[in-house]
Amino acid sequence: MAETAQMKVSDEVAITIQGMNKWFGSFHVLRDINLTVYQGERIVICGPSGSGKSTLIRCINALEEHQQGLIEVDGTVLSSDLKNIDKIRSEVGMCFQHFNLFPHLTILENCTLAPIWVRKTPKREAEETAMHFLEKVKIPEQADKYPGQLSGGQQQRVAIARSLCMKPRIMLFDEPTSALDPEMIKEVLDTMIELAEEGMTMLCVTHEMGFARQVANRVIFMDEGQIVEQNEPEEFFNNPQSDRTKLFLSQILGH
Amino acid sequence: MEEHLSVSFVRTEPLPQLPPPATEQGIVKWLRENLFSGWLNTLLTVLSLIFIYKLASDTLPWLLNGIWNTDSLAECREILDGTTGACFSVLTDRWNQLLFGFKYPSEQYWRPTLAFVLLIVAAAPVLFFDLPRKMLIFTGLYPFIAFYLIWGGTIWTPIFALLGFVVGYVVYSRLVRNSFATAFFSGIAAALVSWWLGGFLTDLLASETPALEAVQSRDMGGFMLNMILGTVCVSLSLPIGIVLALGRQSDMPIIKWICVVFIEFIRGVPLITLLFVANVVLAYFLPPGTSFDLILRVIIMITMFASAYIAEVIRGGLAALPKGQYEAADSLGLDYAQAMRLIILPQALKISIPGIVNVSVGLFKDTTLVSVISMFDLVGMIRGPILASTDWNGVYWELFLFASLLFFVVCYSISQYSQWLERRLQTDHR
Ligand SMILES: Nc1ncnc2c1ncn2[C@@H]1O[C@H](COP(=O)(O)OP(=O)(O)OP(=O)(O)O)[C@@H](O)[C@H]1O
Ligand SMILES: [Mg+2]
Repeated sequence: MAETAQMKVSDEVAITIQGMNKWFGSFHVLRDINLTVYQGERIVICGPSGSGKSTLIRCINALEEHQQGLIEVDGTVLSSDLKNIDKIRSEVGMCFQHFNLFPHLTILENCTLAPIWVRKTPKREAEETAMHFLEKVKIPEQADKYPGQLSGGQQQRVAIARSLCMKPRIMLFDEPTSALDPEMIKEVLDTMIELAEEGMTMLCVTHEMGFARQVANRVIFMDEGQIVEQNEPEEFFNNPQSDRTKLFLSQILGH
Repeated sequence: MEEHLSVSFVRTEPLPQLPPPATEQGIVKWLRENLFSGWLNTLLTVLSLIFIYKLASDTLPWLLNGIWNTDSLAECREILDGTTGACFSVLTDRWNQLLFGFKYPSEQYWRPTLAFVLLIVAAAPVLFFDLPRKMLIFTGLYPFIAFYLIWGGTIWTPIFALLGFVVGYVVYSRLVRNSFATAFFSGIAAALVSWWLGGFLTDLLASETPALEAVQSRDMGGFMLNMILGTVCVSLSLPIGIVLALGRQSDMPIIKWICVVFIEFIRGVPLITLLFVANVVLAYFLPPGTSFDLILRVIIMITMFASAYIAEVIRGGLAALPKGQYEAADSLGLDYAQAMRLIILPQALKISIPGIVNVSVGLFKDTTLVSVISMFDLVGMIRGPILASTDWNGVYWELFLFASLLFFVVCYSISQYSQWLERRLQTDHR
């Protein structure tokens, strides 16, 4: 833990969100979100169900459109311009709760598809990169299988490798372990910890508080579409300020 | 604590595998389980056997006693002399008419036959993707070769038609890096211009006596006509159906609206009325003096009809895909065309295979409807020239049995192929 706490956070800004608001119809999901993420930060976002965590990180790579305010990712402002969106999406990796691997392609093809078509990487090179990252998530021997033949934990690690193949500067995780059996959660978390140790900028929606304590340099608590509290993990867990945070923590930690 | 000890159990050695008991194996078991497992099952088995026997004892003599080599029905009846037997000689006598119609020049029969053989070569790499991809070049050329073989005339027509496509494609691929829409419409414009120029050049270059004698569309007939209509319409309606299905899902209201109206209109109208429209009404809309080939008109109508149905089938496939697939494709930075081509359509089409095959088989059989607008396809030939002739007036069973058999062979093959394809594409092993 001492070692992870020292992981460097540069003062270079990765993501800026200013005065961002979002509505689903007339429902105000995200209210006045302000957030600055620096290069190398590991941020864990938590909060009760329906508080808008997923919506927030999906706004960052424009899977959801925001109606008001500014989102700037890696120096590119998110507008409705398709060119900007595709540029940001290729810089930002995303892992979903249900993996969303492409079932008609092999593991290797899942990993090489975007580099080949979006980055125009030659096929050979893309395959080498893919194998490199599959080794990193410890499943190179599954490269020629189809996603349906893998366990949930393996699929999620493939999904992480697939994102990494695009060499993203930022990784977003939306509850990557909550569809998994307990024994598979660890293998996915280990992969994510390793990634954090290499200095990847990470935004992670998760209820794994152990992971938050070990890896995060900042924990954000959201409720009813607002950022209610954020702090360093130590302070956040031991000394929560807001009542809502206290209530949430008492529920999630089970006492 | 003490009570728990009594239920504790630990296996120390694994049990060996044993073969099943002898009465549970072999043909006897199969018969007992499947045919005679109870009094109701036994009764049904016996009834079915009686039914099969009756059917066979009535039809087999008729089939086996068939006459194959007379020139007319009267002659055949004479030979049969009151005994049961089929007059299959109508098939041998009118074989060429059944296959090619009654106006196609008989010394040219080799041309459609060759076109049919080449069709198999051209279709193979599309149907079986393990075959070398180079064969697709021939598939691309095939429509022009087949057109030249079947219709004949000057060779410049198919050459300039092909050139138009090539020019359009070259223009498209030059511009596509900048913008898809510009490239697409410039490509179409370039192709149209080169066809227009090609039209003039064809007139200049065409010699008085072409290498292959020209055959008019109205002289096409027989099963050949069904094959032409079936193949062309199926291969055109699949891509058009895909475009319509995507258009219907589009975010752009005008495109969506056009697709919805087209699909709903076509689905609400019987094919036969569309064919009558093709036959009669279309002529009103054309500038006077232009002759718009009847086969082409019919192809347009059947294709429109089939593509509306295929579009709906594919829309079902698209709707069945989880939203996560779209999101994963988006989050990797794939653009719309890439996401559709690489992620969405391969999966949606796979789900839609049974529906697409259903529509294709139906379409192929529906090509016999053209007999109603006095085209002489297989059914048209039978109902018209053959049954109306004095020689063969009255041989219904043999002729329609033959027609059914031909269609059955083709449709059953399509269905078998689709089942093979589904198994082949199976990658979700759960
Ligand atoms: N596409 C949508 N249309 C309308 N409402 C939506 C849509 N997606 C989410 N919502 C609503 O927005 C709110 C926030 O949803 P979100 O998925 O961001 O919550 P969350 O914090 O991720 O919850 P969970 O922990 O259950 O994943 C919820 O009330 C949800 O019902
Ligand atoms: Mg969520």
